[in-house]
Amino acid sequence: MQGELLFFMQFLLSGLSMGSIYALVALGFVLIYKSTSILNLAQGEILMVGAYICLSMTLDFGLNFFASFIITMVFSVILGLAIERLVLRPLIGEPIISVIMVTLGLTYILRGVVIMLWGNDIRQFNIFPEEPVDLWGVKLTYLYLWSMGISLLLLTGFAIFFKYARTGIFMRAVADHQTASQSMGISVKRVFAISWCIAAVVSSIGGILVGNIGGVGVSLSYIGLKVLPAVIFGGLDSILGAIIGGLIVGVLEFLTAGYLDPYVPALNEVFPFIVLVLVLMVRPYGLFGTEEIERV
Amino acid sequence: MAGEVVIEIQNISLAFGGVQALIDVSTKHMRGEIFAIIGPNGAGKTCLLNCISRFYNPQKGLVIYKGEDITRVSTHSIAKRGIARTFQNIELFKGMTVLDNIKLGRHSFLKSGIFSDIIYYGRTIREELKLRNEIEERIIDLLEIEAIRKQVVGTLPYGLQKRVELARALAMQPEVLLLDEPMAGMNLEETEDMARFILNVNSMWGVSIILVEHDMGVVMDISDRVCVLEFGRKIAEGSPRDIQGDPKVISAYLGQDQKTYSRL
Repeated sequence: MQGELLFFMQFLLSGLSMGSIYALVALGFVLIYKSTSILNLAQGEILMVGAYICLSMTLDFGLNFFASFIITMVFSVILGLAIERLVLRPLIGEPIISVIMVTLGLTYILRGVVIMLWGNDIRQFNIFPEEPVDLWGVKLTYLYLWSMGISLLLLTGFAIFFKYARTGIFMRAVADHQTASQSMGISVKRVFAISWCIAAVVSSIGGILVGNIGGVGVSLSYIGLKVLPAVIFGGLDSILGAIIGGLIVGVLEFLTAGYLDPYVPALNEVFPFIVLVLVLMVRPYGLFGTEEIERV
Repeated sequence: MAGEVVIEIQNISLAFGGVQALIDVSTKHMRGEIFAIIGPNGAGKTCLLNCISRFYNPQKGLVIYKGEDITRVSTHSIAKRGIARTFQNIELFKGMTVLDNIKLGRHSFLKSGIFSDIIYYGRTIREELKLRNEIEERIIDLLEIEAIRKQVVGTLPYGLQKRVELARALAMQPEVLLLDEPMAGMNLEETEDMARFILNVNSMWGVSIILVEHDMGVVMDISDRVCVLEFGRKIAEGSPRDIQGDPKVISAYLGQDQKTYSRL
């Protein structure tokens, strides 16, 4: 491949691998929103906690990366369950806005706990080899390839899970209609708990991947803020939308970095959101979201 | 078959704040019968159904199902006990196809769990699924919805959605079926179809039916017994013929001193 195209492909592929991580985190948002209609603002903090646990297991306790990964997953399940049971279940029946504010409070608590336990420094994993792989001229690090691979694998896995597994079908049913699900013998509480578990697990995996790329620090939690517009962009209640929204934000971010940053520095942090705002002006319910039709 | 009490309501009282929705209502539902609950708007008919299907918690009284007190069991466990229901305003999974909606009725019967999903295909489960498929086919045949089985529910006309909701409830193979205004908003032809389905389900499969309905013609035609509520109180119970002649019922519907009317 020659010059221009190569340059484009380089940023496109990097963007896609970053975007696939965003998509993973976005999936967490959508799962919780769909089944419980709560927007979980603490998603980014759950991601950060996951990254810290994995880092701590690898560096402080000297476990190998795979073992730390598994431990982090187990911990995420427990964290998800704990948040659902201790923080959100007592709030069932309260106005949605209060519940969302509680998740905002949760962000400060989780951030505070992380700083208490691990301090404020940014630390590196340094597990994957630095030298890039050459794909027909496009150079990607192993880390990016792994991120893309793992994310795509998980996203496909979940797509199949929602389509065919019984628990997945239950989750769709509850998202669609809670009282009807109850009358069909589906335990709505159980579905809520499972949603939180899965959301915590995918966020933690996202955290570990991003943490490997840019280092683990408290600033990781801002990924949550970056993914939130991607989710809204794709449609808060659409899993497909979340995935595509995540990918688009990743790609836009990297393409802007490649093409526009030389003229306007650091535009790549902002540009995806300018596009999101424009899209939302045309489609307020997001690309794939359900259009709310109120019948009077 | 007859004579055995399936659901017994003992002195149920239900209030929302200061509004008394049900006051000291008691009644019995026998196995195999079609039992209608009627009454003017706001009489508490749906509230009574919601107490049986555990959406509401009555402040006083008991709901006994086959000798077991189910007044405080969890809502989702009602389905597993064999009580299925339909709703006044259709509550289907609108994003799914007709067949998926019906199949959801089967799921609560299998032991569920994420891990059993993964090791799903044991031999017994496969046989169970095969049996379930046959049952679902029979339901689809009976309710005459073969043609729409692959369609997304949200796109169907109202009358068909009502039918799909009944099919979904039947897929749970209930012993008792609670129908909340199954004919509401239907035209004459659709109403007659629905009445025929209800009678078939009752006579062919022996499902006991509790029915809330406003269409008096239908209620009097298909019910074995009728219970009348007014402002949360039971004012009469008996055969359709008795009810039609009951002065309390007539005054509830038509106001007092209107004896010349005999529309009931």
